[in-house]
Amino acid sequence: MTDSRESRAKAELSFTVNGELKKVRVYPMERLLDVLRLELGLTGAKEGCGEGECGSCSVLMDGALVNSCLVPALQAAGTSMVTIEGLAAGEKLHVLQEAFLECGGAQCGICTPGMILAACHLLNRTPDPTVEQIREGLSGNLCRCTGYSQIVDAVAQAARRRSTA
Amino acid sequence: MKTDRIVGKSVPRKEGRDKVTGRSQYVDDMVLPNMLFGATVRSQFPRGRTRKITFGPGIAWDEFVVVSAKDIPGKNCISLIGDDQPCLASESVNHPQEPILLLAHRDRHLLPTAVEAVSIEYDPLPSIFTIDESERRSEIVWGEDNVFKTYLIEKGDLESVWEKADYIVEGEYTTGAQEQLYIENNGMIAAFNAAQGITVWGSLQCPYYVHKALMALLNLPAEKVRVVQMETGGAFGGKEEYPSMIAAHAALLAIKAGRPVKIIYDRMEDMAATTKRHPSRTRHRTAVGHDGKILGGEIDFTIDGGAYATLSSVVLSRGAIHAGGPYFWPSVRIRAKAVATNAPPHGAFRGFGAPQSLFAMERHMDRIAQTVGLSPSEIRRRNFLQPGQATTTEQVVRETIDLGHLLGRALEVSNYHSKKQNFAEQNQAGTSRKGVGIAAFLHGAGFTGSGERYLSSVVGVEGCADGNVRVLVSSTEFGQGTKTVLSQIAAEALGLPYENVSVAQPDTLEVPNSGPTVASRTVMVVGNLVKSAALGIAQTLISSNLLGEGYSADEFRAACQQHVARHGQFRCWSRYEAPSGIFWDDEKYRGEAYAAFAWAVYIAEVTVDLTTYSVTVDDFVALQEVGKVLHPLLARGQIVGGVAQGIGFSLYEKVVWQNGRMQNGQMTNYIMPTSSDLPPIRVFFEELGNVHGAYGAKGIGELPMDGPAPAIMNAVEDALGTHFDSIPLLPEDIMDALLAQSQQGASSIGEDR
Repeated sequence: MTDSRESRAKAELSFTVNGELKKVRVYPMERLLDVLRLELGLTGAKEGCGEGECGSCSVLMDGALVNSCLVPALQAAGTSMVTIEGLAAGEKLHVLQEAFLECGGAQCGICTPGMILAACHLLNRTPDPTVEQIREGLSGNLCRCTGYSQIVDAVAQAARRRSTA
Repeated sequence: MKTDRIVGKSVPRKEGRDKVTGRSQYVDDMVLPNMLFGATVRSQFPRGRTRKITFGPGIAWDEFVVVSAKDIPGKNCISLIGDDQPCLASESVNHPQEPILLLAHRDRHLLPTAVEAVSIEYDPLPSIFTIDESERRSEIVWGEDNVFKTYLIEKGDLESVWEKADYIVEGEYTTGAQEQLYIENNGMIAAFNAAQGITVWGSLQCPYYVHKALMALLNLPAEKVRVVQMETGGAFGGKEEYPSMIAAHAALLAIKAGRPVKIIYDRMEDMAATTKRHPSRTRHRTAVGHDGKILGGEIDFTIDGGAYATLSSVVLSRGAIHAGGPYFWPSVRIRAKAVATNAPPHGAFRGFGAPQSLFAMERHMDRIAQTVGLSPSEIRRRNFLQPGQATTTEQVVRETIDLGHLLGRALEVSNYHSKKQNFAEQNQAGTSRKGVGIAAFLHGAGFTGSGERYLSSVVGVEGCADGNVRVLVSSTEFGQGTKTVLSQIAAEALGLPYENVSVAQPDTLEVPNSGPTVASRTVMVVGNLVKSAALGIAQTLISSNLLGEGYSADEFRAACQQHVARHGQFRCWSRYEAPSGIFWDDEKYRGEAYAAFAWAVYIAEVTVDLTTYSVTVDDFVALQEVGKVLHPLLARGQIVGGVAQGIGFSLYEKVVWQNGRMQNGQMTNYIMPTSSDLPPIRVFFEELGNVHGAYGAKGIGELPMDGPAPAIMNAVEDALGTHFDSIPLLPEDIMDALLAQSQQGASSIGEDR
């Protein structure tokens, strides 16, 4: 472990995060999650399991929902990513963030950033989802607090707001 | 007299905006300059004496800070109720996750390899892993008899009921360990300097538990220990006691290193080493009259506490007091026992013993119903506690509760009767079976018996220089909405807008000890103290002529500003006082066990697939009486979330043990429900009001954990006609039971020939 880390030099990678071009010097196999959190200070992505089960580290990479704990930094090079920090426009919350607040979709908050990005991904593909589609679309993101009902309510509300906006 | 304006409304969650924007600071988001990372070397062995510790080759050990039990300045224990659990094992180990050494390094990537490189040799001792093994006492692994604690609750003349009984119904029911599975793993940061002492920041429920543990461990006075709660990503009881251990470890490393140290568990370490729900076994023997009325009974309730006493005695107490359910027992004998095994200590998890004993009670009620030939709803209706009757601890029900009404409402909104009839017809054919099940239960709010008197909680409310109000409590937010509801209560009491009130970050330098955030006590007990401290602020302003009666928010703000300008810091305090006329006997375990109970009837509808043997919950009705609902959205969130954990407890979440070690400590193989596994959970509140809590609220947090498991198992029995008395119930268990049944059927046909 130590040897392989030391024998491989850090590399300079660049990618876009929340609309800003970023350059980092990291080990190519460093987890994207660590790069975001430790190099860029974007701590909204959380580590819940470190093995791609819980979805707390979800970010959008070129529009796809990925578990950043499973993505090597190298793979992020040249991509455009959105993290939870990039969703609100200044103090104006994203429609999903507003809906999560209003519907009680966030309790302890630890799954919330990943959950909102998963919901964002869902609504991008399916703007007017049924309850079943919402439940299926969020099933890769675990929440231990809510039992999901109020999260599902929030996503449905956001979808309604978007369609009438 | 002000009208209620803020309590009862779903105001915005205080810290909600930070949570949805990812700005909330959890402990792993915090970085201190020159910080090292810490890791824990644990026993690999369930029980034995440590003989030799070797630091393996290939590691630059001189770069590491290494801490052993020898580095502990005070007492080597995690001080809680008792002092039996070591902070670092020195000579012997009693479970396979016992911390032995601590390592710290500036590069966290080097730690796993270093932990692996430490090898520990043991002189092995025999170990035990089940309640049965512990009771046999072939090996004594704790104290003189493997028993942490026993309770005996006796009521009425039990001896005479057996001959009067028309039916004697017996049953044995077991529940497994359950992992809290908060999505944020445990973590702590510690920093030390000689002048200020030790400071820890962490993910935790009970700042003053950590404070007490660090004082004893480090031999420091109260003012040299500071505990700060960071935003906490779920807890459910799982961050009640173990954070004291991690804080202790981080503190020892920080003191030795002279630099801040962060310890963050990964998922596998968190699941393997920290506490879980106590496995349990409950035996019922009940005397029942011809009309289905309970005449009396014996209940033996036993829990597996793991290797150290920790919180087992209090978990046992709550389980024992709830063991009789919401029913009237003319006579009863409840024997409760917590025993030792060589597993990591089991601990607090939402419900705290009650989900275990109530699972047994509610499964047993269905068994009684079958024996007597009554429906599950009728057997309950005939036995419900009525106002004026006494519980198993002789607590007279003074609330105007009508459990028959709650049951009737739940049956109605769940469409129970027509479902039951339809399913019975549909179940004659096809590849699936459907069923409905009921659970009726109660949950006591606040500490048991004299507990709140011993805690003697203190709450502060501050009138700030800007005229706003700040609540000072050690009660923590970890998803329930503590900050929101306590702000509502203070705002309501002062007649101020909700926005003018905030709650201070729990920091032992800043906030008084308002007790632990456990036992569904925050709104009911702490909330009441917040109300009276807030009223103290208003009264002070009025009596010092800065404010008139019937003031406006602006007048209040101006008066508050003036008071601070004239006199400096402006705080009012309120200390818990037990209501008069409350009697509790700690010896006989008799009296007023809880200031108030919440009451509930839950109804589950399930489908069992006869091809895959999987159970799906199709509909779930959760109807409860919790007094005044102060925040409908948060309250519903608590109920739905609790029911989801209860569904996991019954159908998904199985801890696989081998020699005291959890084998499936990953989210890949310890399965909790996802959004596509859960039914719509329909929540109904029946409000009666309650004299004890702030604005009539009772505790709510733990209640929803109690009902789902028995309701679901009763529904599975309704679907299949086969009873299952052990949870979690996985598809393979159903397959085994149904195959065994059909083989039995086949062999009896063979015998007939």
